[in-house]
Amino acid sequence: MAHDDEIDCSGMNCPLPVLKTKMKIDGMAAGSTLKVITTDPGSCQDIPAWANRVGHEVVETGEGDGKFWFMVKRGE
Amino acid sequence: MAERKKMALIAAQGSLDWAYPPFILASTGAAMDMEVKVFFTFYGLPLLKPKIKAKVTPAANPAMPMKMPFGPKGFQNIDWPMPHAITGVVPGFDSMATRLMKKTFKKKGVATITELREMCVMLGVELIACQMTMDVFGFEKEDFIDGVTFGGAAAFLDFAADADIQMFM
Repeated sequence: MAHDDEIDCSGMNCPLPVLKTKMKIDGMAAGSTLKVITTDPGSCQDIPAWANRVGHEVVETGEGDGKFWFMVKRGE
Repeated sequence: MAERKKMALIAAQGSLDWAYPPFILASTGAAMDMEVKVFFTFYGLPLLKPKIKAKVTPAANPAMPMKMPFGPKGFQNIDWPMPHAITGVVPGFDSMATRLMKKTFKKKGVATITELREMCVMLGVELIACQMTMDVFGFEKEDFIDGVTFGGAAAFLDFAADADIQMFM
């Protein structure tokens, strides 16, 4: 899926993937999509919970090769 | 977007293990657009000093897993039985346990307390030093990092009264 930017949080543990993702997406335009890559299984709950709370949308998720990824569309 | 939530935390413990929960929740709460204030009191106060020297104390935490962060997997999985007579008496035991725990945290990709605190400051978390505890333990405002604010019980409760989440740690 096409995305505007990407952040690799591989190896990071709670709460770093959420914090790094928040800081990254803050600098992006509304409506753009950030691909977030993680290895922390907890991020599968945390990234969507965070996104839902702050008004972003996780439009696609996936996993493979020990990694998880999330397409986060920035809200207004 | 939902109305901005508020979170009020009290950090009263200064050991390495107890330093994590307030900084993790405060930084994450701020990342979730919450207005967050953390009130540092008693032994939590030294967590506001530029250099954080927090340690773990196995003697005071008998359920703490004692595992080695190196060697083969089978070796790492051993939970070493550690009698109180050793954890409480052997000089330097806390320092050793602290080194091992920090090494494990690093290996597992866990941020340091200092990193999490920097995130808190960056994300606008208000870190409040308890004025009374400062007086009791002899801390000056200059002893703490920049940006720390100062207050007492009423100031904290005034914020906590309208907060959606309140926790004491």
